[in-house]
Amino acid sequence: MSTEQPLPVIDHDSAPYWQAAHEGHLDIPLCGDCGKHHFYPRAICPHCHSDNLNFDTVSGRGEVHTFTVARRPAGPAFADDVPYVVALIELEEGPRMMSRIQTDDPEKVHIGAKVEVTFVKASDEITFPYFRMT
Amino acid sequence: MKNGRDPVIVGLADAPIEDGKFVTKASVLGHAALVAKAAVEEAGLTLDDVDGLLTAGMWGVPGPGQLATVTLGEYLGIMPTYVDGTNIGGSAFEAHVAHAAMALREGYCEVALIVYSSDQKSLRSRNLGGRPSVLSMQHETPYGMPTPVGGYAMAAQRHMHEYGTTSENLAEIAVATRKWAQLNPAATRRDPLTVDDVLSSTMISEPLHLLDCCLVTDGAGAIVMTTAERAKDLRTKPIAVKGYGEAHTHWAIAEMPDLARLLPAQKAGETAMKMAGVSHSDIDVVEVYDSFTITVLLTLEALGFCKIGEGGDFVSGQRTAPGGAFPMNTNGGGLSALHPGMYGIFLLIEATRQLRGVCGDRQVAGAETALVHGTGGTLSSGATVILQKD
Repeated sequence: MSTEQPLPVIDHDSAPYWQAAHEGHLDIPLCGDCGKHHFYPRAICPHCHSDNLNFDTVSGRGEVHTFTVARRPAGPAFADDVPYVVALIELEEGPRMMSRIQTDDPEKVHIGAKVEVTFVKASDEITFPYFRMT
Repeated sequence: MKNGRDPVIVGLADAPIEDGKFVTKASVLGHAALVAKAAVEEAGLTLDDVDGLLTAGMWGVPGPGQLATVTLGEYLGIMPTYVDGTNIGGSAFEAHVAHAAMALREGYCEVALIVYSSDQKSLRSRNLGGRPSVLSMQHETPYGMPTPVGGYAMAAQRHMHEYGTTSENLAEIAVATRKWAQLNPAATRRDPLTVDDVLSSTMISEPLHLLDCCLVTDGAGAIVMTTAERAKDLRTKPIAVKGYGEAHTHWAIAEMPDLARLLPAQKAGETAMKMAGVSHSDIDVVEVYDSFTITVLLTLEALGFCKIGEGGDFVSGQRTAPGGAFPMNTNGGGLSALHPGMYGIFLLIEATRQLRGVCGDRQVAGAETALVHGTGGTLSSGATVILQKD
């Protein structure tokens, strides 16, 4: 069905991240050499280029770095969601990731708003980390 | 120091469009071929003289468009010996000018042809979704990110937060650009436009309204470059390529290093201006990519025409409109003239026409030096070219 939400095509870099999300925790790569987290998951650290990486369960807390309220959907799959909030979340641990802000009132979302992760199951394999304002 | 192998632009052509659609009946490659032929003939050359072929496009993917120069060379019936299919989005053609310039200086080719064509309007092939959810996009597409507008909206939101930029500031850009379009008979949108019109147009992706966004049209353009020595025998007055630079940082918007600063434009602009030996006060006319109003604001700041954060003030009071202090996007831009997916080649065509002095009602008096800056992807790539009348 072309109107279903597009699901991620999981690869070797991203498999542990999606597996963790499916189990209800947020795991992102942590570099064993420079000590920085990164997102999205890669085979080498984008900060220091080390391949000494391990997935680390992070707090799931962060703040809205920026966002947009989509008044027109990104294709028919999202037509029923309009208006919806797509945001870049800056995690407490540093990296930024894209997600949705779950809210009844998109006008309340603002840059700097504190958020925490909430998991929303999309299929038997995929659970998305969405965020809620705290 | 002048050198016989200094790169120059000697031929230009663009396809006629009406209501945003091609007038001539031909395929997307047919339009590429027609503008290519017109551009070489304007210079007094033929397609058989072309030994360098540079193109980027979005046609025929998946399929023959994956090897774009190969497919286009076949269609034209030529065997180029220097090719470049660099695709970094709408800025690709500014990068092509840079790469052709280096190949010409090196003696690796004699006549370089840069071509773009798109029939996206006729095909109705654009929507706000559509990036397959693989690799980096598996962390973007599933969230319903409207592309590409959502990334630009996020940058605009951040710029407003950090510097107090307003929707009115952005609307000034759309209004000034429309005034240029009204002086260009070939522009698609020529009806009058006010700041209020922009602010009351449909909200697409907050804070960007419909009239903050570029048009969706067909379009095809071609540019022919050769050496200063070869240009002496040709029909047109050559326009010199004096400097160039390019850079890119990200595609996924979450990876943009600073959402309120356009680092590729800063880097590319510095490199190009240094190479050309020009400063901001030497630039007579500016053509910068206007996929969205915010693109222009970020670009002007990054190129150093004003300080970071002061772009809103810089464009206020219609300073970029006809008769203003800062002539910019003089054909009516992507916002009002045409925007066939990847617009960068049309920035170069307009800048060259301004330096040739053939722009009629919209001619910038005494234009001798032009700065062209393309932006591609989602504020991803930037490429700058400095052009000068000999």
